[in-house]
Amino acid sequence: MVDLPKQPGMPDNVFLTKLDAAANWARSNSLWPMPFATACCGIELMATASSRFDLARFGAEVMRFSPRQCDLMIVAGRVVMKMLPVLQRIWLQMPEPKWCISMGACACSGGVFDTYAVVQGVDRFIPVDLYVPGCPPRPEQLIAALIEMQDKIMKTGTINGREFGKRTEATGPIPVELEEVRRSREAKIVEGLDIYQPPKM
Amino acid sequence: MTDLQPLIDKFALTTSEFRDNRRVVVAADKLMALLEALKNSHGFSMLIDITAVDYLEYEGATDRFGVVYCLLNMETGERLIVKTFVNDPQPSLPTVTKLWMGADWMEREVYDMFGITFTGHHDLRRILMPDEFSAHPLRKDYPIKGRGERHNFPVITRSES
Repeated sequence: MVDLPKQPGMPDNVFLTKLDAAANWARSNSLWPMPFATACCGIELMATASSRFDLARFGAEVMRFSPRQCDLMIVAGRVVMKMLPVLQRIWLQMPEPKWCISMGACACSGGVFDTYAVVQGVDRFIPVDLYVPGCPPRPEQLIAALIEMQDKIMKTGTINGREFGKRTEATGPIPVELEEVRRSREAKIVEGLDIYQPPKM
Repeated sequence: MTDLQPLIDKFALTTSEFRDNRRVVVAADKLMALLEALKNSHGFSMLIDITAVDYLEYEGATDRFGVVYCLLNMETGERLIVKTFVNDPQPSLPTVTKLWMGADWMEREVYDMFGITFTGHHDLRRILMPDEFSAHPLRKDYPIKGRGERHNFPVITRSES
């Protein structure tokens, strides 16, 4: 809200603001999450939404399972390489303005699942606004993240992707670990090395 | 306990036992006949699981892959584990979907993870990994972190979405 000097002849219950600020305020207090729950973080997400922790107190209780009706994606749980195209598609289907919370160690970094199938952090492939640490995070942590999300929406406004592209260059980690690719391609069998035993056929 | 002695003689099985758990090892070319006999005349009517083991660089191993069939006799509750070995190149076994239709997805899984083909299987596709995946990830010569497949995707940035 903008604090404007009181205009003469204006009643007490009228206040002035910018349209943008009003829109930000309204949007931040009625987030509609898209629960992309793939693992145990999803259970914690459900707990957050249910009566004991009650996400409704912060205006984000309307979990929608259609991406067309959502503006906050909560990626809860590990994402495997077979699931990632689905995640990207759902993200693209969400209307703007939209935000993304990466919930839990697996969604943020792959967690303990450093294997061929698990994507090491969804932020390599979709933009992420907030990271929630924990394995899985407590509902309080998710609520704290949501409040921070509301703060961020209030402060940064609701610019869409095209505006964002004009204002800034996209940054982020390199999606493919070049070192990892190089290692696996150049790896050669070292003859006579103690740790390597030739296959006994 | 079912008396397996005639089968042991007929198919030259090696057996071992742990508590009430009996295991037999059979040569790959006699596998189909053995399973057929076990199902039709010894009451092992249910196939619990098919799985495989990669013995690459395993201490004392002579063959590359071991394929394991877990059977259950539904009348007596008795279980039997049948094991056979296959080798590179082109490790291959006859399908058992003609005996147990439930072997369909199990054989697809073994094919997906180990690259062991089941000849005669009506629909031998990958079941867990995506179709375009080229490796068989549970083989011991496949690196645990993969060959970069997990990060071979387009990146969606904020300005593009």
